[in-house]
Amino acid sequence: MNLFKKKKYVSVAETVEAQDKNVFANTNQPSVPDGMWVKCPNCGKMIYKKEIPKLRICPDCGGYFRLKARCRIDFIADEETFVEFNSDMLSKNPLNYPDYEEKIKKMREKTGINEAVIAGKCKIGGIEAVLCAMDSGFIMGSMGSVVGEKITRAFEYATENELPVVIFTASGGARMQEGIISLMQMAKVSAAAARHAEKGLLYISVLTDPTTGGVTASFGMLGDIILSEPKALIGFAGRRVIEQTIKQKLPDEFQTAEFLLEHGFVDKIVERENLKEVISKILYIHCEKGRED
Amino acid sequence: MSAFDIVKTARKTSRPSALEYINFIFDDFIEFHGDRSFRDVKGVVGGMALFEGIPCTVSGRHKGHTIEENIERNFGAPHPEGYRKALRLMRQAEKFKRPVITFINTAGAFCGIGAEERGQGEAIARNLFEMSTLKSPSVSIIIGEGGSGGALALAVSDKVWILKNSIYSILSPEGFASILWKDSSKSAEAAEIMKITAEDLLELGVVDDIIDEADGGAHNDFEYTAGMIKEKLLKEIFELKKENIEELLKKRYNRFRGFGEFSE
Repeated sequence: MNLFKKKKYVSVAETVEAQDKNVFANTNQPSVPDGMWVKCPNCGKMIYKKEIPKLRICPDCGGYFRLKARCRIDFIADEETFVEFNSDMLSKNPLNYPDYEEKIKKMREKTGINEAVIAGKCKIGGIEAVLCAMDSGFIMGSMGSVVGEKITRAFEYATENELPVVIFTASGGARMQEGIISLMQMAKVSAAAARHAEKGLLYISVLTDPTTGGVTASFGMLGDIILSEPKALIGFAGRRVIEQTIKQKLPDEFQTAEFLLEHGFVDKIVERENLKEVISKILYIHCEKGRED
Repeated sequence: MSAFDIVKTARKTSRPSALEYINFIFDDFIEFHGDRSFRDVKGVVGGMALFEGIPCTVSGRHKGHTIEENIERNFGAPHPEGYRKALRLMRQAEKFKRPVITFINTAGAFCGIGAEERGQGEAIARNLFEMSTLKSPSVSIIIGEGGSGGALALAVSDKVWILKNSIYSILSPEGFASILWKDSSKSAEAAEIMKITAEDLLELGVVDDIIDEADGGAHNDFEYTAGMIKEKLLKEIFELKKENIEELLKKRYNRFRGFGEFSE
Protein backbone atom coordinates (compact mmCIF):
# COMPACT_ATOMS: atom_id res chain seq x y z
CA MET A 1 0.00 0.00 0.00
CA ASN A 2 1.23 3.40 -0.83
CA LEU A 3 -1.19 5.86 0.63
CA PHE A 4 0.75 8.97 -0.18
CA LYS A 5 2.13 8.10 -3.56
CA LYS A 6 1.92 10.94 -6.03
CA LYS A 7 -0.87 10.62 -8.54
CA LYS A 8 -0.60 12.32 -11.85
CA TYR A 9 -2.42 15.61 -11.52
CA VAL A 10 -4.15 17.25 -14.37
CA SER A 11 -3.24 20.43 -16.03
CA VAL A 12 -6.11 22.86 -16.24
CA ALA A 13 -7.08 23.10 -19.84
CA GLU A 14 -8.76 26.44 -20.07
CA THR A 15 -6.84 29.65 -20.01
CA VAL A 16 -7.42 32.10 -17.26
CA GLU A 17 -8.64 34.62 -19.79
CA ALA A 18 -11.28 32.20 -21.05
CA GLN A 19 -12.39 31.47 -17.50
CA ASP A 20 -12.60 35.13 -16.75
CA LYS A 21 -14.70 35.97 -19.70
CA ASN A 22 -17.96 35.40 -17.93
CA VAL A 23 -17.18 34.21 -14.50
CA PHE A 24 -18.51 37.34 -12.93
CA ALA A 25 -21.63 37.49 -15.01
CA ASN A 26 -24.69 37.45 -12.84
CA THR A 27 -22.80 37.48 -9.57
CA ASN A 28 -22.65 40.23 -7.04
CA GLN A 29 -18.91 40.21 -6.93
CA PRO A 30 -17.09 43.36 -7.80
CA SER A 31 -15.51 42.92 -11.16
CA VAL A 32 -14.19 44.53 -14.27
CA PRO A 33 -15.39 41.88 -16.68
CA ASP A 34 -14.02 43.22 -19.93
CA GLY A 35 -10.73 44.62 -18.78
CA MET A 36 -7.34 43.18 -18.13
CA TRP A 37 -7.75 43.61 -14.41
CA VAL A 38 -10.06 41.96 -11.93
CA LYS A 39 -10.81 42.79 -8.35
CA CYS A 40 -10.00 40.10 -5.80
CA PRO A 41 -13.19 39.16 -3.91
CA ASN A 42 -11.13 38.73 -0.75
CA CYS A 43 -8.63 41.61 -0.50
CA GLY A 44 -10.30 43.91 -3.02
CA LYS A 45 -7.05 44.61 -4.83
CA MET A 46 -7.03 44.97 -8.60
CA ILE A 47 -5.11 42.03 -10.00
CA TYR A 48 -3.66 41.78 -13.47
CA LYS A 49 -5.47 38.82 -15.06
CA LYS A 50 -2.38 37.18 -16.44
CA GLU A 51 -0.99 36.96 -12.95
CA ILE A 52 -3.90 34.89 -11.67
CA PRO A 53 -2.95 31.23 -11.59
CA LYS A 54 -5.10 28.52 -13.12
CA LEU A 55 -6.84 27.70 -9.87
CA ARG A 56 -7.86 31.33 -9.64
CA ILE A 57 -6.21 32.06 -6.34
CA CYS A 58 -5.28 35.68 -5.73
CA PRO A 59 -1.48 36.01 -6.00
CA ASP A 60 -1.60 38.77 -3.45
CA CYS A 61 -3.75 37.49 -0.57
CA GLY A 62 -4.49 33.86 -1.44
CA GLY A 63 -8.26 34.54 -1.64
CA TYR A 64 -10.36 32.63 -4.15
CA PHE A 65 -12.07 33.77 -7.29
CA ARG A 66 -15.01 31.57 -8.23
CA LEU A 67 -14.07 28.59 -10.37
CA LYS A 68 -15.99 27.45 -13.43
CA ALA A 69 -17.39 23.90 -13.40
CA ARG A 70 -15.27 22.82 -16.34
CA CYS A 71 -12.13 24.07 -14.68
CA ARG A 72 -13.05 22.33 -11.42
CA ILE A 73 -13.49 19.03 -13.20
CA ASP A 74 -10.19 19.41 -15.05
CA PHE A 75 -8.49 19.92 -11.72
CA ILE A 76 -10.18 17.09 -9.80
CA ALA A 77 -10.52 14.31 -12.41
CA ASP A 78 -7.43 12.35 -13.42
CA GLU A 79 -6.18 13.35 -16.83
CA GLU A 80 -8.41 12.26 -19.72
CA THR A 81 -10.70 10.14 -17.56
CA PHE A 82 -13.79 12.35 -17.39
CA VAL A 83 -16.78 11.15 -19.39
CA GLU A 84 -19.67 13.61 -19.27
CA PHE A 85 -23.28 12.45 -18.81
CA ASN A 86 -26.32 14.13 -20.38
CA SER A 87 -24.41 17.11 -21.71
CA ASP A 88 -27.21 17.97 -24.16
CA MET A 89 -29.98 18.10 -21.59
CA LEU A 90 -31.79 21.43 -21.82
CA SER A 91 -34.35 23.22 -19.69
CA LYS A 92 -37.93 23.63 -20.75
CA ASN A 93 -40.28 26.15 -19.26
CA PRO A 94 -42.69 24.47 -16.83
CA LEU A 95 -44.36 27.70 -15.68
CA ASN A 96 -44.26 29.35 -19.12
CA TYR A 97 -42.31 32.06 -17.40
CA PRO A 98 -41.85 35.00 -19.79
CA ASP A 99 -38.49 35.03 -21.60
CA TYR A 100 -37.11 32.06 -19.66
CA GLU A 101 -36.08 30.22 -22.84
CA GLU A 102 -34.38 33.38 -24.06
CA LYS A 103 -32.51 33.73 -20.77
CA ILE A 104 -31.29 30.13 -20.93
CA LYS A 105 -30.17 30.61 -24.50
CA LYS A 106 -28.19 33.71 -23.58
CA MET A 107 -26.58 31.98 -20.62
CA ARG A 108 -25.56 29.05 -22.81
CA GLU A 109 -23.93 31.38 -25.30
CA LYS A 110 -22.24 33.36 -22.58
CA THR A 111 -20.91 30.50 -20.48
CA GLY A 112 -20.35 27.81 -23.10
CA ILE A 113 -22.19 25.25 -20.95
CA ASN A 114 -25.78 24.05 -21.25
CA GLU A 115 -26.81 24.21 -17.61
CA ALA A 116 -25.59 25.00 -14.12
CA VAL A 117 -24.06 21.58 -13.47
CA ILE A 118 -21.69 19.28 -15.31
CA ALA A 119 -21.98 15.62 -14.35
CA GLY A 120 -20.04 12.55 -15.36
CA LYS A 121 -17.72 9.78 -14.25
CA CYS A 122 -13.98 9.78 -13.99
CA LYS A 123 -11.08 8.58 -11.93
CA ILE A 124 -9.89 10.57 -8.98
CA GLY A 125 -6.46 9.51 -7.76
CA GLY A 126 -6.96 6.35 -9.79
CA ILE A 127 -10.30 5.48 -8.20
CA GLU A 128 -13.46 5.47 -10.25
CA ALA A 129 -16.10 7.93 -9.08
CA VAL A 130 -19.09 9.94 -10.26
CA LEU A 131 -18.23 13.63 -10.27
CA CYS A 132 -20.53 16.66 -10.55
CA ALA A 133 -19.53 20.30 -10.47
CA MET A 134 -21.92 23.24 -10.33
CA ASP A 135 -21.25 26.54 -12.02
CA SER A 136 -22.37 29.70 -10.26
CA GLY A 137 -21.90 31.63 -13.50
CA PHE A 138 -25.03 30.00 -14.94
CA ILE A 139 -28.08 31.78 -13.44
CA MET A 140 -26.33 31.72 -10.07
CA GLY A 141 -25.95 27.94 -10.24
CA SER A 142 -29.64 27.66 -9.48
CA MET A 143 -31.36 24.26 -9.45
CA GLY A 144 -34.12 23.76 -11.97
CA SER A 145 -35.27 20.58 -13.72
CA VAL A 146 -31.98 19.99 -15.52
CA VAL A 147 -29.72 20.40 -12.51
CA GLY A 148 -32.05 18.17 -10.49
CA GLU A 149 -32.25 15.54 -13.21
CA LYS A 150 -28.52 15.44 -13.93
CA ILE A 151 -27.61 15.05 -10.28
CA THR A 152 -30.35 12.47 -9.74
CA ARG A 153 -29.07 10.45 -12.70
CA ALA A 154 -25.52 10.78 -11.41
CA PHE A 155 -26.61 9.25 -8.09
CA GLU A 156 -28.59 6.55 -9.89
CA TYR A 157 -25.63 5.66 -12.10
CA ALA A 158 -23.40 5.50 -9.04
CA THR A 159 -25.93 3.33 -7.18
CA GLU A 160 -26.20 0.92 -10.09
CA ASN A 161 -22.45 0.73 -10.60
CA GLU A 162 -21.51 0.88 -6.92
CA LEU A 163 -19.44 4.02 -7.22
CA PRO A 164 -18.74 6.86 -4.83
CA VAL A 165 -20.17 10.29 -5.67
CA VAL A 166 -18.31 13.60 -5.36
CA ILE A 167 -20.29 16.82 -5.87
CA PHE A 168 -18.95 20.37 -5.86
CA THR A 169 -21.81 22.69 -5.01
CA ALA A 170 -21.98 26.34 -6.05
CA SER A 171 -25.52 27.64 -6.10
CA GLY A 172 -27.83 30.36 -4.92
CA GLY A 173 -30.57 27.73 -4.48
CA ALA A 174 -33.79 27.20 -6.39
CA ARG A 175 -34.34 28.25 -10.01
CA MET A 176 -37.14 30.74 -9.39
CA GLN A 177 -38.34 30.65 -13.00
CA GLU A 178 -39.29 26.97 -12.56
CA GLY A 179 -41.27 27.64 -9.38
CA ILE A 180 -42.66 24.63 -7.54
CA ILE A 181 -41.01 22.23 -10.02
CA SER A 182 -37.69 23.57 -8.80
CA LEU A 183 -38.74 22.85 -5.20
CA MET A 184 -39.59 19.27 -6.17
CA GLN A 185 -36.01 18.79 -7.41
CA MET A 186 -34.88 18.95 -3.77
CA ALA A 187 -36.99 15.91 -2.93
CA LYS A 188 -35.99 14.11 -6.12
CA VAL A 189 -32.25 14.51 -5.60
CA SER A 190 -32.45 13.72 -1.88
CA ALA A 191 -34.38 10.53 -2.61
CA ALA A 192 -31.71 9.46 -5.10
CA ALA A 193 -28.99 10.23 -2.54
CA ALA A 194 -30.90 8.13 0.02
CA ARG A 195 -30.97 5.11 -2.31
CA HIS A 196 -27.26 5.51 -2.94
CA ALA A 197 -26.68 5.63 0.82
CA GLU A 198 -28.87 2.58 1.44
CA LYS A 199 -26.51 0.59 -0.76
CA GLY A 200 -23.65 1.52 1.54
CA LEU A 201 -21.98 3.85 -0.93
CA LEU A 202 -19.93 6.94 -0.20
CA TYR A 203 -20.99 10.49 -1.04
CA ILE A 204 -18.63 13.43 -0.56
CA SER A 205 -20.04 16.92 -0.96
CA VAL A 206 -17.69 19.85 -1.35
CA LEU A 207 -19.32 23.19 -0.60
CA THR A 208 -17.85 26.09 -2.50
CA ASP A 209 -18.71 29.76 -2.65
CA PRO A 210 -21.67 30.29 -2.69
CA THR A 211 -23.87 27.40 -1.51
CA THR A 212 -27.25 28.49 -0.20
CA GLY A 213 -31.00 27.79 -0.23
CA GLY A 214 -32.37 24.64 -1.80
CA VAL A 215 -28.97 23.20 -2.63
CA THR A 216 -27.77 23.51 0.96
CA ALA A 217 -31.13 22.12 2.08
CA SER A 218 -30.83 19.03 -0.11
CA PHE A 219 -27.72 17.35 -1.51
CA GLY A 220 -25.29 19.97 -0.18
CA MET A 221 -25.81 18.86 3.41
CA LEU A 222 -26.28 15.16 2.69
CA GLY A 223 -22.66 14.14 2.18
CA ASP A 224 -21.29 11.36 4.36
CA ILE A 225 -18.28 13.63 4.34
CA ILE A 226 -18.79 17.37 3.86
CA LEU A 227 -15.76 19.40 2.79
CA SER A 228 -15.60 23.08 2.08
CA GLU A 229 -13.26 25.66 0.63
CA PRO A 230 -12.04 28.34 3.07
CA LYS A 231 -14.27 31.40 3.45
CA ALA A 232 -17.01 29.99 1.20
CA LEU A 233 -20.45 31.44 1.85
CA ILE A 234 -22.68 28.57 2.99
CA GLY A 235 -26.15 28.88 4.44
CA PHE A 236 -29.86 28.32 4.07
CA ALA A 237 -31.44 31.77 4.10
CA GLY A 238 -29.84 34.70 2.34
CA ARG A 239 -27.96 37.21 4.44
CA ARG A 240 -30.18 40.11 3.38
CA VAL A 241 -33.36 38.20 4.19
CA ILE A 242 -32.08 37.37 7.67
CA GLU A 243 -31.05 40.97 8.30
CA GLN A 244 -34.49 42.15 7.25
CA THR A 245 -36.19 39.53 9.42
CA ILE A 246 -34.24 40.13 12.62
CA LYS A 247 -33.55 43.84 11.95
CA GLN A 248 -29.89 43.70 12.87
CA LYS A 249 -26.56 43.56 11.09
CA LEU A 250 -24.88 40.18 10.87
CA PRO A 251 -21.24 39.62 11.77
CA ASP A 252 -18.81 39.15 8.86
CA GLU A 253 -17.98 35.55 9.66
CA PHE A 254 -21.68 34.55 9.69
CA GLN A 255 -22.42 31.74 7.18
CA THR A 256 -18.80 31.20 6.20
CA ALA A 257 -17.20 27.77 5.94
CA GLU A 258 -15.38 28.52 9.19
CA PHE A 259 -18.71 29.35 10.90
CA LEU A 260 -20.17 26.04 9.73
CA LEU A 261 -17.10 24.12 10.85
CA GLU A 262 -17.38 25.70 14.29
CA HIS A 263 -21.05 24.76 14.55
CA GLY A 264 -20.46 21.20 13.41
CA PHE A 265 -21.88 21.18 9.90
CA VAL A 266 -18.69 20.75 7.88
CA ASP A 267 -16.17 17.94 8.37
CA LYS A 268 -13.13 19.73 7.10
CA ILE A 269 -12.08 22.93 5.35
CA VAL A 270 -9.60 22.22 2.58
CA GLU A 271 -7.63 24.76 0.56
CA ARG A 272 -8.44 24.68 -3.11
CA GLU A 273 -4.98 23.56 -4.14
CA ASN A 274 -5.19 20.57 -1.77
CA LEU A 275 -8.70 19.39 -2.63
CA LYS A 276 -7.65 16.84 -5.21
CA GLU A 277 -5.16 15.29 -2.83
CA VAL A 278 -7.57 15.17 0.11
CA ILE A 279 -10.43 13.70 -1.94
CA SER A 280 -8.05 11.16 -3.48
CA LYS A 281 -6.90 10.17 -0.03
CA ILE A 282 -10.45 9.76 1.29
CA LEU A 283 -11.38 7.65 -1.71
CA TYR A 284 -8.19 5.62 -1.33
CA ILE A 285 -8.84 4.87 2.33
CA HIS A 286 -12.52 4.19 1.72
CA CYS A 287 -12.53 2.19 -1.51
CA GLU A 288 -10.63 -1.00 -0.93
CA LYS A 289 -12.03 -2.41 -4.14
CA GLY A 290 -11.14 0.36 -6.57
CA ARG A 291 -7.48 0.84 -5.69
CA GLU A 292 -4.90 0.64 -8.41
CA ASP A 293 -1.81 -0.49 -6.55
CA MET B 1 -61.14 33.73 -6.84
CA SER B 2 -57.88 35.02 -8.29
CA ALA B 3 -54.64 33.33 -7.32
CA PHE B 4 -53.84 36.15 -4.93
CA ASP B 5 -57.31 35.93 -3.32
CA ILE B 6 -56.49 32.30 -2.65
CA VAL B 7 -53.16 33.35 -1.12
CA LYS B 8 -55.03 35.73 1.20
CA THR B 9 -57.53 33.04 2.15
CA ALA B 10 -54.75 30.54 2.80
CA ARG B 11 -53.07 33.03 5.14
CA LYS B 12 -56.14 34.16 7.11
CA THR B 13 -55.36 34.12 10.82
CA SER B 14 -58.79 32.61 11.40
CA ARG B 15 -57.98 29.70 9.07
CA PRO B 16 -58.01 26.42 10.99
CA SER B 17 -54.56 24.99 11.54
CA ALA B 18 -52.95 21.63 12.27
CA LEU B 19 -53.96 21.09 15.90
CA GLU B 20 -57.64 21.75 15.22
CA TYR B 21 -57.71 19.25 12.36
CA ILE B 22 -55.75 16.66 14.31
CA ASN B 23 -58.11 16.90 17.27
CA PHE B 24 -61.19 16.70 15.06
CA ILE B 25 -60.08 13.88 12.77
CA PHE B 26 -58.25 11.65 15.24
CA ASP B 27 -59.16 10.19 18.62
CA ASP B 28 -57.00 10.36 21.72
CA PHE B 29 -54.26 12.57 20.29
CA ILE B 30 -51.32 12.78 22.69
CA GLU B 31 -48.80 15.47 21.85
CA PHE B 32 -45.08 14.78 22.29
CA HIS B 33 -42.35 17.37 22.51
CA GLY B 34 -38.75 18.00 21.69
CA ASP B 35 -36.04 16.89 19.29
CA ARG B 36 -34.00 15.12 22.03
CA SER B 37 -31.10 17.34 21.21
CA PHE B 38 -31.77 21.02 21.77
CA ARG B 39 -35.33 22.00 22.60
CA ASP B 40 -38.99 21.93 21.68
CA VAL B 41 -40.34 24.00 18.83
CA LYS B 42 -44.01 24.87 19.10
CA GLY B 43 -44.47 25.69 15.42
CA VAL B 44 -44.27 21.97 14.77
CA VAL B 45 -46.62 19.69 16.66
CA GLY B 46 -46.68 15.93 16.71
CA GLY B 47 -47.64 12.85 18.58
CA MET B 48 -49.68 9.68 18.40
CA ALA B 49 -53.38 9.20 17.93
CA LEU B 50 -56.01 6.74 16.74
CA PHE B 51 -57.68 7.00 13.37
CA GLU B 52 -60.74 4.76 13.33
CA GLY B 53 -58.88 2.50 15.73
CA ILE B 54 -55.58 2.50 13.80
CA PRO B 55 -52.58 3.83 15.71
CA CYS B 56 -51.00 6.68 13.73
CA THR B 57 -48.20 9.19 14.07
CA VAL B 58 -49.43 12.67 13.29
CA SER B 59 -47.43 15.80 12.87
CA GLY B 60 -48.19 19.26 11.67
CA ARG B 61 -47.05 22.78 11.20
CA HIS B 62 -49.18 24.84 13.45
CA LYS B 63 -49.85 28.57 13.18
CA GLY B 64 -51.73 30.40 15.89
CA HIS B 65 -54.85 32.53 15.54
CA THR B 66 -53.84 35.45 17.77
CA ILE B 67 -50.68 37.51 17.98
CA GLU B 68 -49.73 35.92 21.32
CA GLU B 69 -50.32 32.44 20.01
CA ASN B 70 -48.43 33.23 16.84
CA ILE B 71 -45.43 34.52 18.74
CA GLU B 72 -45.40 31.30 20.74
CA ARG B 73 -45.63 29.24 17.54
CA ASN B 74 -43.19 31.56 15.73
CA PHE B 75 -45.84 32.11 13.03
CA GLY B 76 -45.46 28.52 11.92
CA ALA B 77 -41.89 29.23 10.77
CA PRO B 78 -39.89 26.61 12.63
CA HIS B 79 -36.30 26.48 13.74
CA PRO B 80 -34.31 23.37 12.75
CA GLU B 81 -35.28 21.55 15.96
CA GLY B 82 -38.87 21.53 14.72
CA TYR B 83 -37.93 19.45 11.68
CA ARG B 84 -35.77 17.23 13.85
CA LYS B 85 -38.68 16.65 16.23
CA ALA B 86 -40.92 15.70 13.32
CA LEU B 87 -38.24 13.34 12.01
CA ARG B 88 -37.83 11.75 15.42
CA LEU B 89 -41.57 11.05 15.53
CA MET B 90 -41.56 9.69 11.97
CA ARG B 91 -38.73 7.32 12.89
CA GLN B 92 -40.86 6.20 15.81
CA ALA B 93 -43.73 5.57 13.41
CA GLU B 94 -41.44 3.44 11.26
CA LYS B 95 -40.30 1.43 14.25
CA PHE B 96 -43.86 0.66 15.30
CA LYS B 97 -45.19 0.35 11.74
CA ARG B 98 -47.65 3.20 12.11
CA PRO B 99 -48.81 5.34 9.19
CA VAL B 100 -47.65 8.96 9.24
CA ILE B 101 -50.05 11.82 8.54
CA THR B 102 -48.68 15.36 8.35
CA PHE B 103 -50.56 18.65 8.15
CA ILE B 104 -48.71 21.49 6.43
CA ASN B 105 -49.30 25.14 7.22
CA THR B 106 -46.17 27.26 7.16
CA ALA B 107 -44.80 30.34 5.48
CA GLY B 108 -41.45 28.55 5.40
CA ALA B 109 -38.48 27.73 7.59
CA PHE B 110 -37.41 30.47 9.98
CA CYS B 111 -34.63 32.82 8.88
CA GLY B 112 -32.37 33.85 11.73
CA ILE B 113 -28.99 33.54 13.40
CA GLY B 114 -29.83 30.58 15.63
CA ALA B 115 -31.54 28.76 12.78
CA GLU B 116 -28.38 29.03 10.68
CA GLU B 117 -26.11 28.13 13.60
CA ARG B 118 -28.06 24.96 14.18
CA GLY B 119 -28.23 23.97 10.52
CA GLN B 120 -31.59 24.89 9.03
CA GLY B 121 -30.40 23.58 5.65
CA GLU B 122 -29.14 20.34 7.13
CA ALA B 123 -32.36 19.76 9.05
CA ILE B 124 -34.50 20.15 5.92
CA ALA B 125 -32.14 18.07 3.79
CA ARG B 126 -32.16 15.28 6.38
CA ASN B 127 -35.96 15.17 6.43
CA LEU B 128 -36.19 14.92 2.64
CA PHE B 129 -33.60 12.16 2.65
CA GLU B 130 -35.16 10.18 5.48
CA MET B 131 -38.81 10.61 4.45
CA SER B 132 -38.06 9.32 0.97
CA THR B 133 -37.13 5.91 2.37
CA LEU B 134 -39.29 5.84 5.52
CA LYS B 135 -40.81 2.38 5.87
CA SER B 136 -44.26 3.63 6.83
CA PRO B 137 -47.13 4.71 4.62
CA SER B 138 -47.35 8.50 4.63
CA VAL B 139 -49.89 11.16 3.73
CA SER B 140 -49.36 14.92 3.73
CA ILE B 141 -52.17 17.46 3.60
CA ILE B 142 -51.50 21.10 2.80
CA ILE B 143 -54.08 22.99 4.85
CA GLY B 144 -52.97 26.61 4.40
CA GLU B 145 -49.61 27.86 3.26
CA GLY B 146 -47.11 25.37 1.91
CA GLY B 147 -44.03 27.54 1.92
CA SER B 148 -40.90 26.25 0.25
CA GLY B 149 -38.36 23.80 1.69
CA GLY B 150 -39.93 24.26 5.10
CA ALA B 151 -43.16 22.72 3.80
CA LEU B 152 -41.47 20.05 1.69
CA ALA B 153 -39.52 18.90 4.76
CA LEU B 154 -42.74 17.30 6.02
CA ALA B 155 -44.23 16.41 2.63
CA VAL B 156 -42.12 13.72 0.94
CA SER B 157 -45.04 11.34 1.29
CA ASP B 158 -46.87 8.62 -0.62
CA LYS B 159 -49.87 10.91 -1.04
CA VAL B 160 -49.93 14.69 -1.00
CA TRP B 161 -53.32 16.38 -0.84
CA ILE B 162 -54.27 20.01 -0.68
CA LEU B 163 -57.30 21.90 0.63
CA LYS B 164 -58.97 23.85 -2.16
CA ASN B 165 -57.92 27.30 -0.95
CA SER B 166 -54.37 26.42 0.06
CA ILE B 167 -51.13 27.16 -1.73
CA TYR B 168 -47.79 25.40 -2.17
CA SER B 169 -44.86 27.33 -3.56
CA ILE B 170 -41.13 27.79 -3.93
CA LEU B 171 -41.40 31.00 -1.91
CA SER B 172 -43.99 33.66 -1.17
CA PRO B 173 -45.36 35.62 -4.14
CA GLU B 174 -43.89 38.74 -2.47
CA GLY B 175 -40.45 37.11 -2.35
CA PHE B 176 -40.78 35.89 -5.93
CA ALA B 177 -41.68 39.38 -7.19
CA SER B 178 -38.89 40.90 -5.15
CA ILE B 179 -36.23 38.50 -6.46
CA LEU B 180 -37.24 38.38 -10.10
CA TRP B 181 -38.73 41.82 -10.64
CA LYS B 182 -37.14 43.75 -7.77
CA ASP B 183 -40.65 44.84 -6.80
CA SER B 184 -42.48 43.05 -4.00
CA SER B 185 -45.68 45.00 -4.72
CA LYS B 186 -46.20 42.85 -7.81
CA SER B 187 -47.14 39.90 -5.61
CA ALA B 188 -50.59 39.45 -7.18
CA GLU B 189 -49.03 39.11 -10.60
CA ALA B 190 -46.43 36.72 -9.17
CA ALA B 191 -49.15 34.58 -7.60
CA GLU B 192 -50.74 34.12 -11.04
CA ILE B 193 -47.56 33.12 -12.78
CA MET B 194 -46.10 30.85 -10.08
CA LYS B 195 -48.77 28.12 -10.35
CA ILE B 196 -49.38 27.82 -6.64
CA THR B 197 -53.12 27.15 -6.51
CA ALA B 198 -54.60 23.72 -5.87
CA GLU B 199 -55.74 23.33 -9.47
CA ASP B 200 -52.37 24.27 -10.93
CA LEU B 201 -50.60 21.95 -8.53
CA LEU B 202 -52.90 19.06 -9.41
CA GLU B 203 -52.19 19.63 -13.08
CA LEU B 204 -48.43 19.63 -12.42
CA GLY B 205 -48.76 16.43 -10.37
CA VAL B 206 -47.32 18.12 -7.29
CA VAL B 207 -50.48 17.14 -5.39
CA ASP B 208 -52.48 13.97 -5.95
CA ASP B 209 -55.86 15.34 -5.01
CA ILE B 210 -57.77 18.45 -3.98
CA ILE B 211 -59.95 18.30 -0.87
CA ASP B 212 -62.98 20.53 -0.88
CA GLU B 213 -63.43 23.14 1.80
CA ALA B 214 -66.23 25.41 2.95
CA ASP B 215 -67.38 28.19 0.60
CA GLY B 216 -65.13 31.21 0.93
CA GLY B 217 -62.58 29.27 2.97
CA ALA B 218 -62.17 26.64 5.67
CA HIS B 219 -62.66 29.23 8.43
CA ASN B 220 -66.32 29.62 7.37
CA ASP B 221 -67.13 26.02 8.26
CA PHE B 222 -64.41 24.14 10.05
CA GLU B 223 -66.43 20.97 10.61
CA TYR B 224 -67.31 20.61 6.95
CA THR B 225 -63.66 21.03 5.92
CA ALA B 226 -62.29 18.72 8.60
CA GLY B 227 -65.01 16.22 7.67
CA MET B 228 -63.86 16.26 4.05
CA ILE B 229 -60.29 15.48 5.11
CA LYS B 230 -61.50 12.68 7.34
CA GLU B 231 -63.56 11.20 4.54
CA LYS B 232 -60.58 11.26 2.20
CA LEU B 233 -58.35 9.59 4.78
CA LEU B 234 -61.02 6.94 5.40
CA LYS B 235 -61.01 6.15 1.71
CA GLU B 236 -57.26 5.86 1.32
CA ILE B 237 -55.43 5.06 4.53
CA PHE B 238 -56.57 1.43 4.67
CA GLU B 239 -55.44 0.85 1.09
CA LEU B 240 -52.06 2.41 1.80
CA LYS B 241 -51.67 0.35 4.92
CA LYS B 242 -52.36 -2.85 3.01
CA GLU B 243 -49.69 -2.22 0.42
CA ASN B 244 -46.38 -4.03 0.49
CA ILE B 245 -43.87 -1.57 1.89
CA GLU B 246 -41.25 -2.21 -0.81
CA GLU B 247 -43.86 -1.49 -3.49
CA LEU B 248 -44.90 1.62 -1.65
CA LEU B 249 -41.30 2.87 -1.45
CA LYS B 250 -40.83 2.27 -5.16
CA LYS B 251 -43.97 4.25 -5.92
CA ARG B 252 -42.90 7.03 -3.57
CA TYR B 253 -39.52 7.23 -5.27
CA ASN B 254 -41.11 7.39 -8.69
CA ARG B 255 -43.63 9.97 -7.55
CA PHE B 256 -40.86 12.47 -6.85
CA ARG B 257 -38.50 11.10 -9.51
CA GLY B 258 -40.86 12.26 -12.24
CA PHE B 259 -40.69 16.01 -11.57
CA GLY B 260 -38.88 18.09 -14.13
CA GLU B 261 -39.26 19.32 -17.67
CA PHE B 262 -36.31 19.08 -20.00
CA SER B 263 -35.27 17.92 -23.43
CA GLU B 264 -32.25 15.85 -24.40
